Amino acid sequence: MPEPGRPTFNSRETLSVYLAAGLFVIVLPLLNLVPAEDSWLHLSDFRLNQFGKFLCFAILALGLDLIWGYCGVLSLGQGVFFGLGAYCMGMYLSLQIGSESVYGSELPDFMVWTQVKELPLFWYPFKSFWGGLLGALLVPMLVAAVFGVLSFRSRIKGVYFAILTQALAFAAWLVFNRNETRLGGTNGLTDFKQALGFRLTDPATQRGLYLLTVLALCAAYLLCRWIVASRAGQVLIAIRDSEQRVTFSGYTPWVYKLFVFVVAAGLAGLSGMLYVPQVGIITPAQIGVLPSLEVVIWVAVGGRGTLIGAVVGAVAVNYGRSVLTNSFPEAWPFILGGLFVVGVTLFPDGLVGILRKVFGRTPAADQASPPEAAPAAPRTGGPGA
Amino acid sequence: MTHEGLILKCDNVVMDYDGFKALNHCNFSVQYNELRVVIGPNGAGKTTLLDVICGKTHPTSGTITFGHNINLVGKNAEDITKLGVGRKFQAPSIYGNLSVWQNLDLSLKRASKGVFPTLMGRSTPAERARIDEGLTTIGLTAHAHTRAGALSHGQKQWLEIGMVILQDPSLLLVDEPVAGMSDKETEQTGQLLQALAKKHAIVVIEHDMDFVRQIARIVTVLAEGTVICEGTVEQVQADNHVREIYLGRANVAH
Repeated sequence: MPEPGRPTFNSRETLSVYLAAGLFVIVLPLLNLVPAEDSWLHLSDFRLNQFGKFLCFAILALGLDLIWGYCGVLSLGQGVFFGLGAYCMGMYLSLQIGSESVYGSELPDFMVWTQVKELPLFWYPFKSFWGGLLGALLVPMLVAAVFGVLSFRSRIKGVYFAILTQALAFAAWLVFNRNETRLGGTNGLTDFKQALGFRLTDPATQRGLYLLTVLALCAAYLLCRWIVASRAGQVLIAIRDSEQRVTFSGYTPWVYKLFVFVVAAGLAGLSGMLYVPQVGIITPAQIGVLPSLEVVIWVAVGGRGTLIGAVVGAVAVNYGRSVLTNSFPEAWPFILGGLFVVGVTLFPDGLVGILRKVFGRTPAADQASPPEAAPAAPRTGGPGA
Repeated sequence: MTHEGLILKCDNVVMDYDGFKALNHCNFSVQYNELRVVIGPNGAGKTTLLDVICGKTHPTSGTITFGHNINLVGKNAEDITKLGVGRKFQAPSIYGNLSVWQNLDLSLKRASKGVFPTLMGRSTPAERARIDEGLTTIGLTAHAHTRAGALSHGQKQWLEIGMVILQDPSLLLVDEPVAGMSDKETEQTGQLLQALAKKHAIVVIEHDMDFVRQIARIVTVLAEGTVICEGTVEQVQADNHVREIYLGRANVAH
């Protein structure tokens, strides 16, 4: 029996998570590999790659769900941390192009046409794969830590924090757009050829990256679930419900917010790192105000405060976009906005909330007492009765 | 516990909000294991007094001595909590989306409340026993696994009192615990506070004079930020100065 009061994840829901993981790990790659290309069962390389991209976004959404869904702190700047991770990996991949580049220079192409003669110093760590990997995780976490200390410690909360993170997203967008930043300006980093000797254009490499993404998503989900199920996870919910009470129970709320903000930034970095080699390009357009806001919509549509909702929302909204932008390209922004409005007003618990209702259980049932223990207890009258 | 002397001593405490002195050279002291009731008209500074003691706000001047020689002025709320001052707020402040058991579990006094110990921590059998004991004290054993947000108003108030008790405070500050309670709930709350006074010093702010008569041993009357009278309920009600202040409020302190 689980410890009383721990949020126990419903076993049926856990089962469906395992089933979904099985689907993505085994079924999709098999559909890509086994059936003949003209079979209706065949999943094209393009589609598999697309799912890989969606699952990257799911990792990003998990981080936001942790900080927004559980701790109640809305961050409108997750795109920045995604971008930092993506750029770190992108810098490694750019340096791997080597003499295959258009100009045949050891320097990335954009440096050649912007008259940069020598590799800027901050590019040096990204000559190695480990530099790219660690950078993609640690740089976003470090930036989040500094930003978090400055804002959470000064007790900046709620809508003020949201505005501040949006300003961060805008500022980052401006900085990354400048050629002087030496990160490719508006065009970003692209035209990658290989990583660790694997050709990125090879379908087998892309399948490997896809699998890596699924595994990273599973690991990220388990990490979040572990945090949420721990007592610290309950402190996060407690901060959302009554920060004052948390303070007067001896906790320091801003440190908890900082912790979860940094974890979310690390997940965003991981997401960006996996995104770049699969999509093949990273530009400032993917890290600004709008991409950051989209993450909020994914989580709201999927169901905030449920973890799995973040994954469902990210995949569902992005899949919907890929289908609908083909048929009605002009309508997509309205559909996206409409989804958000309808979602927040009519379905505050999102897709997962609807599923839970359909399958007959409410979030409150998560914490309800086991049926055999509930009715027989003698004392109901209050203290001293 | 058999302590001698004062657990709390406020000397010349001033709380100045841009010229408005919510506390004006307030002197106030409480003994170990005492149940003290503070009354006074609206705006007398009662809640402000609790706020400066527990570190929610910092007084403009004055000293607040806790125990033998700890000065609380300038310390932050978390540290004051850890030193053993518990605060129950007027509006129930509990964690509505957690179960009653979880509410108490989070509040329980522990060696560290930092992120990583809390992330790794599991409740020991001794800690669970303390939580069960707390549940019995506040009469919510049957509701251990209820979502706290679904409790009635009175039960929420008891839960918050329980949460404060589990921090094992030597001084409990309770702000209008029975506001909005039914008569029966009010009486039960009185019994609860009296039982708790055997182990903790308690300061209760209250408006309800029937309730004050039920629980009070010594009453402190606060008006315009200073203590104007202290004594038993009868002494206080007989005091001319107090009558003057409550003039026109005869039905409150008749």
